[in-house]
Amino acid sequence: MDGILTLLSFGPDGWSDEIARGVVVTVSLALATLPFGLAAGFVIALAKTSEEPTLRLVANIYTTIFRGLPELLTLFLVFYGAQIAVQQIVRLLGASTTIEINAFVAGMVALGAVFSAYASEVFVSAFRAIPLGQYEGAYAVGLSRGRTMQLVILPQLIRLALPGLSNLWLVLLKDTSLVSVIGLADILRQTGVAARVSKEAFLFFGLACLIYLALSILSSFAFAAVERRVSSNGPVR
Amino acid sequence: MSISRTAKLDDLPPPASVRRWTAARITGTALLCLWVLLGVGLLYFLISAWNPELFARYAPSYVSGLWITIQLVVVSVLSGAILSVPIAIGRRSKNRVVSALAYAYVYFFRGTPLLAQTFLIYYGLGSFRPQLEAVGLWTFFRDAWFCAVFAFTLNTAAYQAEILRGAVESVGRGQWEAAAALALPRWQTLRRVILPQALLVALRPYGNEVILMIKGSAIVAIITVYDLMGETRRAFSRTFDFQTYIWAALIYLVLVELLRIATDRGERRLTRHLRR
Repeated sequence: MDGILTLLSFGPDGWSDEIARGVVVTVSLALATLPFGLAAGFVIALAKTSEEPTLRLVANIYTTIFRGLPELLTLFLVFYGAQIAVQQIVRLLGASTTIEINAFVAGMVALGAVFSAYASEVFVSAFRAIPLGQYEGAYAVGLSRGRTMQLVILPQLIRLALPGLSNLWLVLLKDTSLVSVIGLADILRQTGVAARVSKEAFLFFGLACLIYLALSILSSFAFAAVERRVSSNGPVR
Repeated sequence: MSISRTAKLDDLPPPASVRRWTAARITGTALLCLWVLLGVGLLYFLISAWNPELFARYAPSYVSGLWITIQLVVVSVLSGAILSVPIAIGRRSKNRVVSALAYAYVYFFRGTPLLAQTFLIYYGLGSFRPQLEAVGLWTFFRDAWFCAVFAFTLNTAAYQAEILRGAVESVGRGQWEAAAALALPRWQTLRRVILPQALLVALRPYGNEVILMIKGSAIVAIITVYDLMGETRRAFSRTFDFQTYIWAALIYLVLVELLRIATDRGERRLTRHLRR
């Protein structure tokens, strides 16, 4: 028991400081991906609900690809693909240095692409749930298209999309564990190192699971608070 | 031409509305061209990188990898389906302890990454080797494939239990009451009245769950199971040829798309009585 407490302590013999750093990496990766994923997902949803068939087709190809590929494979494609592409460019320019792609950025791009593909579906169904009369009413009082979107549609859209988006956030948080494979020192990587060094695999991987669980619980509290905040003006419609 | 000369203006069909080059259409066309370019580029890359020797060497291992992936998904989804029934019943139980336990199970497996769960089982259970050997389960947990199946089963059971519960709860209370009024026993009510309606609702989520499992199964490559992803990684580490990943991506895409189309078709067929 003492041995376990030592392993879990902060300091030279314990692993808690390393794992805490892993938590920071995991959370910052998820938080850094979120805004890009949300923005891209929104734009793709706009394209999908557009009247222009080419735009719809373009958006559908995007979501088919990124919802169909395993997240791990997407990550490898981005990580190694970018590495090879950069190397080719460098070789074309005549230099011979090897350039490492940042695992954090690769993770952000891959997870952001997957997140935006799923988020666009959530936004599309939220768009469909807003009755046409809302647009017509807004145009009738002379609002421009941009102002209609900003003042009339978006506030309702956020409320409708929030449950789906909170689900996607939890998926994103869990998917960040994949970047441990390409060498980013996130929770799973740090606990894995600790497990290998201390030979207490169950303890440390169990701890990793509990940390992810705690992050999930914290985020659901946060989302409950956001939901209360956006729905305080009464229900939709 | 002769018609237009003789006919009155009113008889003519309205002129086809001209699709003007709006900003949306220009953007859409430009982006579509980009996709086409990417597709052509990809095709060009695959053709120019085509290497019969490489293909002959790795195509069989890709096929065996794909087969492993399919086996893994089928076995774990089916055993997960069986395991999900008691969990779903536990979730609906009136006994507080039972429902809390079932809830905790579902929450744990949905709240933690599949990769961490797989590590916990594959590496973590190694800590209990003497105990496992004592009960004769060590041969099971020593094998990465069995560990993966076990982890995936536990994971998908949690998701499937929620799908099942949601589907059963989506059937109105009136259905239960009507069946009770006809003096149908509980089991028959469930089998003849509730489940046929509930499973229709559950079809799409089940399809999604299978797709998620196919995609999730790629992570077994990390614990040295040579599924499609594992074979791809092995091929890439030996050849450093990027087309190995492209091929894997194409196979996964086709697999998932086929499954999605099949689910769509199946759902449309089974719900044809509900459409007007």
